[in-house]
Amino acid sequence: MNLQLRYARDRVMLIGIVGLTLLVVVPLFLIIGYVIVNGIGGLNWNFFTQELGSPSRAMLGRPTGLVAAIVGTIIIDLIALAFALPFGIASGIMMSEYPEHPFTPVSRIMVSTLNGMPAVLMGLMAYALVVKNTGGFSALAGSVALAFVMTPIIARSTESVLRITPWSLREVGLSLGLPRWKVTLSLVLPAARPGIVTGVLIAFARAAGEAAPLMLTSFGNNFLTFNVRSPMDTLPQRLYSLAISPYKEWHAMGWGGAIILLLFVMITFFVGRVVVDRMEKRALGLQAMDKPKKN
Amino acid sequence: MSSEKQTNPEIRMETLGLTVTYNKTVQGVKGVSMPMYNNKVTAFIGPSGCGKTTFLRSLNRMHDLLPEAEVEGKALLDGEDIYDPRIDPVVIRRKIGMVFQKPTPFPTRSIYDNVAAGLQLVGIKKKDVLDGVVERALRDAALWDEVKDRLRSPGGSLSGGQQQRLSIARALAVEPEVILMDEPTSSLDPMSTTKIEELIQELKKQVTIVIVTHNMQQAQRVSDYTAFFYVGELVEFSPTSVLFNNPTEERTKEYLQGAFS
Ligand SMILES: Nc1ncnc2c1ncn2[C@@H]1O[C@H](COP(=O)(O)OP(=O)(O)O)[C@@H](O)[C@H]1O
Ligand SMILES: [Mg+2]
Repeated sequence: MNLQLRYARDRVMLIGIVGLTLLVVVPLFLIIGYVIVNGIGGLNWNFFTQELGSPSRAMLGRPTGLVAAIVGTIIIDLIALAFALPFGIASGIMMSEYPEHPFTPVSRIMVSTLNGMPAVLMGLMAYALVVKNTGGFSALAGSVALAFVMTPIIARSTESVLRITPWSLREVGLSLGLPRWKVTLSLVLPAARPGIVTGVLIAFARAAGEAAPLMLTSFGNNFLTFNVRSPMDTLPQRLYSLAISPYKEWHAMGWGGAIILLLFVMITFFVGRVVVDRMEKRALGLQAMDKPKKN
Repeated sequence: MSSEKQTNPEIRMETLGLTVTYNKTVQGVKGVSMPMYNNKVTAFIGPSGCGKTTFLRSLNRMHDLLPEAEVEGKALLDGEDIYDPRIDPVVIRRKIGMVFQKPTPFPTRSIYDNVAAGLQLVGIKKKDVLDGVVERALRDAALWDEVKDRLRSPGGSLSGGQQQRLSIARALAVEPEVILMDEPTSSLDPMSTTKIEELIQELKKQVTIVIVTHNMQQAQRVSDYTAFFYVGELVEFSPTSVLFNNPTEERTKEYLQGAFS
């Protein structure tokens, strides 16, 4: 009687949870599906190898593609990561390991401010700092803007991952006569590595999708360039400009570009997942337990 | 022990009016003064919450890590106050090692690298040096025979008792003069406990040992001197046989009776 009531309640709860999950997941798949359906037709060899050039190329059916945006995205995002990584990890370490240090409140305020700031403003900041001072739009300016997006995310996640590493690690390190900084860098940080890497990937993927900070910084470029001091194309900003262009050929290319951006983010997560899994396995000593010795 | 000549043993460590205050209000230990003799085992006993851990951790400046803990008084190592501002706590902790209540292997490191950690992380890389230290420390911790064929497996793959001996080996590898142990067998089975108690008897030939235990029989089995703590105060400090068979303090008698009856 009572038991049946409990089973019933259990079932209702389960149905509720499944229903709500579907409510979240279904639109996601609809969007992905919609992008693929619209964009898949535009993907061909040229798409990956040709420069965009002028609109006439697309309209006259001459070879055109998004190689500039694909290459540019990789370059700008990786440089941004190189900028953001040291600052993000360092502030994360300060906030978690040295709460009493006088610099820590400063770093905390900077991180929260950046965290709450709309991405457009990151672009404006990089515009004021880099574009104004170097005399023009550049890939580097774009990387700085994206580094502003990445840094607070990396800092926050690093801090919270460090906080959940066992306290005993620090005590053991100190008890062996190691200086505090050595304990942090050589014992605490490696133990937290899988979590830190996850946070870095999230930050990277988040920044990879941002168009707004790039409009006023890396600006865009219809041609392929590897010069980081010149304007450079990126997928999010290119998608935006293709979408608002008056040419239906470019709209089609935009959908194709959206697939590439989606893939870019998904590959980032997939590769990251594999790497993190490996690290976690090692951290837990599972490799050794998988194949136990006989004796 | 009774057959030993009654020469006065040499003092290795000594505290003078040592007080630890948490959050400016709670006194974990209050004005404790006592010696710890060279190459002897000193046990701290007492009900839980009476300040044994707090006192032990003040002996190698472990409280430096806790902003809420404040230490007053002196703790001398070979006559030198380890709280002297001119003294580097890192040097102190190198001389005064610690073994914690729960086994604490570094999970990402192999057995070998666990033991070698204290040396590797200060830049000692020579393989023959490390090999020698690791083997000696593991032998001293009575773990060598069990792990010599799997030095590259992670420290986390050992059993609880082995992990605790690994922790001891790791502490021994940096050649401390004193080892502080906080209830090192409280999470272990009887077999592992016996192993570690035997180990302590061997180790005291090389180092001075201070051990917290909530187990009265263990204190009697392993220690030469015993200190009885009660709500933050040192009630009685005597040779172990005296403290257990012929205590002077009324509170010690009551505690021992309560504990044994
Ligand atoms: N980090 C801390 N902050 C505040 N109070 C503490 C802290 N650590 C221990 N104490 C208090 O100090 C007293 C002694 O604790 P402890 O030294 O752990 O006792 P024991 O090891 O004998 O069980 C207890 O009242 C405990 O609550
Ligand atoms: Mg304790």
